[in-house]
Amino acid sequence: MSLLEASGITKRFSGITALDDVSIRVEDGEAVGLIGPNGAGKTTFFNCLLGLLRPEAGSVVFADRDITRYAVYRRARLGFARTFQRIELFAGMTVRDHLLVAERARLGTGRFWKDVLNLSKPTADENARTDRTLTLLGLEDVADSPVEVLSLGRARLVEVGRALMTEPKLLLLDEPSSGLDAMETNALAATLRAVQAERGTAVLLVEHDVEFVRSFSTRLSVLDFGHLIAAGPTAEVLADDAVRRAYLGELV
Amino acid sequence: MQDFIRYVILGIPVGCVFGLVAVGLVLTFKTSGVFNLAFAAQAYLASAVYYDVHVRHEWPIIPAFVLAVFIVSPLLGLILDRFVFRWLRGCSPIGKLVSSLGLLVALPEIVKVWLGPGQTIGITGIWWDDNALYHFGDYVLEGRQMAILASTALAVLLIVALFRWTAIGLQMRAVVESPRLTELAGVNADRASSAAWMLSSTMAGLAGVLLAPLSPPLKVQDFTTLLVTAIAAAAFARLTSIPMALLGGILLGVASALLAGYLPPASLLAQGIKPALPFAALLLLLLFWPGLRNRRELTDPLSGADPPPPSLAAASRSPFFTRSTHIMGVLFVGVVLYVALVRADDFWLFLLTSVLVYSVIFLSITVITGMAGEISLCQATFAAVGAVTTAQFVSALGSNVLLGMVAGALVAALVGALLAIPVLRLAGIYLSLATLAFALLFDYVLVPVGWIGGGTTPIDIPRPVIGPFDLSNDKSFFVFCFIVLVLVSVLVIFVRRGTTGHYLDALRGSETAAQSIGINPAKAKIIAFALSAGIAGLGGGLLAMTTGKSNPTVDFGYFLGLVFVVIVVSTAARTVEGAINAGIAFVLLQYVLAEWLGLSSSWAFILFGFGAIQYARHPEGTLENGKRTSTAFFQRQFDRISALRARSSSSGDGSGGGPAATKSPVAAVES
Repeated sequence: MSLLEASGITKRFSGITALDDVSIRVEDGEAVGLIGPNGAGKTTFFNCLLGLLRPEAGSVVFADRDITRYAVYRRARLGFARTFQRIELFAGMTVRDHLLVAERARLGTGRFWKDVLNLSKPTADENARTDRTLTLLGLEDVADSPVEVLSLGRARLVEVGRALMTEPKLLLLDEPSSGLDAMETNALAATLRAVQAERGTAVLLVEHDVEFVRSFSTRLSVLDFGHLIAAGPTAEVLADDAVRRAYLGELV
Repeated sequence: MQDFIRYVILGIPVGCVFGLVAVGLVLTFKTSGVFNLAFAAQAYLASAVYYDVHVRHEWPIIPAFVLAVFIVSPLLGLILDRFVFRWLRGCSPIGKLVSSLGLLVALPEIVKVWLGPGQTIGITGIWWDDNALYHFGDYVLEGRQMAILASTALAVLLIVALFRWTAIGLQMRAVVESPRLTELAGVNADRASSAAWMLSSTMAGLAGVLLAPLSPPLKVQDFTTLLVTAIAAAAFARLTSIPMALLGGILLGVASALLAGYLPPASLLAQGIKPALPFAALLLLLLFWPGLRNRRELTDPLSGADPPPPSLAAASRSPFFTRSTHIMGVLFVGVVLYVALVRADDFWLFLLTSVLVYSVIFLSITVITGMAGEISLCQATFAAVGAVTTAQFVSALGSNVLLGMVAGALVAALVGALLAIPVLRLAGIYLSLATLAFALLFDYVLVPVGWIGGGTTPIDIPRPVIGPFDLSNDKSFFVFCFIVLVLVSVLVIFVRRGTTGHYLDALRGSETAAQSIGINPAKAKIIAFALSAGIAGLGGGLLAMTTGKSNPTVDFGYFLGLVFVVIVVSTAARTVEGAINAGIAFVLLQYVLAEWLGLSSSWAFILFGFGAIQYARHPEGTLENGKRTSTAFFQRQFDRISALRARSSSSGDGSGGGPAATKSPVAAVES
């Protein structure tokens, strides 16, 4: 069984079929890319996987469990983690707090009575894990700064770190390079590869930047107008005529 | 059948007034993104102006009507837009709601100060003869009803035409989406928004002048009930459609007339159901009307350009500074304890005890607003639940008072959790409106029911005896309240520092992101609601013990619930000191104004109201904002002193007296 198996996802918005029978599969530890021109339905598909939208047809099976109707936070507890195209950080909290709160949410050990008795301080173990992630992402120097002062590139790394703290089996990256310049994008790709090598987390990447996808993912799916027009090993798919027409705008 | 039609005809004019206000609400919401609770206050002001010039100064009807509706009302709208709401356009819907809440509290008090006490009889309508009868077949309409029907029809037609076919109508709608984008397209957003405010304020004025003669004398309460009914009608229209808002208003008017007609007037059912209809309708609509449940809030697409909210003042202090502030705080508490227990007479001891009790109640707002980021308008109701439960335990079950107080807190927490479950499906302002509907339902329906609210006659509550301490001694009771306040403060601080506090911070920062790491938003917020309601219930029980009576309608009316929120957010909603400052301000400001300056207590509400208007600009509280500014100032002085000291490397103790001004709760009274 694959780690993630979304099959036959169909989503309509008042007459417009945004997704028509789209399927995707991600194996354990694998990096899969999903590309498509603007308006192809990438974000809609993403939101269907995450439970932010409810598809009209199709199912999402994750780690042998049908999660099509699960609430967002329950998917997260099963090992789904994500980053956002438009940065979504917790205003007013420090970088370290972002990671600690994610760690606490993963363990689910927070209890109201512990708060009342002031027993909710981070444990040595939680602090150690947080420090490891900070080092892995190179965020030690800003650990105790509020997230508002970070550049976009580092803010996205905080999102990655927050996602990693939940020990995901699958990391969904929603256009991680959006808003970053070429140098920041390269640095991010390098960090993500390092993360994947160290943790063996499976990644599903929705991206615009073809170079990023080529360097990162082993398999690739292409969406166009809500249809899946190609899927397979990255190099093959990028060489495919239909893909080049739809996505790269080439006349063949 | 004839009866039925008669009741329907009776209901339509009243329904039209509801509809008119609902149309105004939708209009302001569509054009400025503000759910304007102050609408009731604007209507009240217009009818007061009309009353003053027409009845007291004996102007003829037409000039009086023109002055009240077409001059004073638009002017008020212009002032509100120019000085309040224009500056809030980029703020969250909640921020705008609180600002309008501040106006709802402040404006009627200004009118009261202006009109003077108790002279509001004999208001007449705008038809040349209010009591003239017009026959349509078998049915009869009075002059004042004709006036309502005619003006409503005219007003609605004009507004629909304005939005459909004029440039300014289109501009007004664009300004709601994003004023800055609209300006980029070459439209003067300020002009469009001023026009919208003047228009909606005129609607409020019209509704006020039309409503006043239906139920003289002029009372603010009538206008609040009118407002809530209109909110139900506006919710029926999903806050978007003007014709639907009018229809919703008329339906509610008719339903109310039918209930009045068919239910036997003396029955308990009639007394309970009829006044409750608008609130029940609002609650049901909010909970079950499709289309209100979507979580999309109006936010400006360009709001990302704004800087993030500043951190709390305490976060920008150096350790030395923090230590001296803490020392000053302890000294202040010591002085207060000394004054209360050794120097104060009975009256001052009572005032100081009240400060402690209200601080406990206000800490419940610190939890729900400061930590969970929700505006609950029924905190006074939770306090009432606590007081009523205490009373029932004592009078009906004959139990220990202390046990009753704890039970009161638990029952209030349970009610809070039960209310939170359905209400949490709503977002932002709808949640606040649902809590308002609950508060009104409690006041009008549950309090009069004997076995729940204990009826309207206050129930006596004795003070407990704990071991050797008899709390009927005022000094012992003061110490008891002090201990309760300290315990609750510590509880709030621990919860804020703990997992629950962090989850709530995360949810406030970004609900989607918080869910994406596995935080269950409903659970965290239900805990916040239950904790907050429990604290309010505890405070309610304490207040009942202080006064010796459980008197929910007087001590915890729904309007006080609004005032509580206004006071706490105008001091500081996020800190424990904020709640205590609010307690000091609430109790002492009224006393100081009345006894030392000879002013009516209205002025206290006016001050709080204007403080709350600032909420959208300084969501951390006006006082907290001042505190941050002064903290920065004193921090600079400290830095300078220590730099000087380092340079001269001479020993000597720096002055520690400076920070007192920034920390002292007395600042609440001054601000």
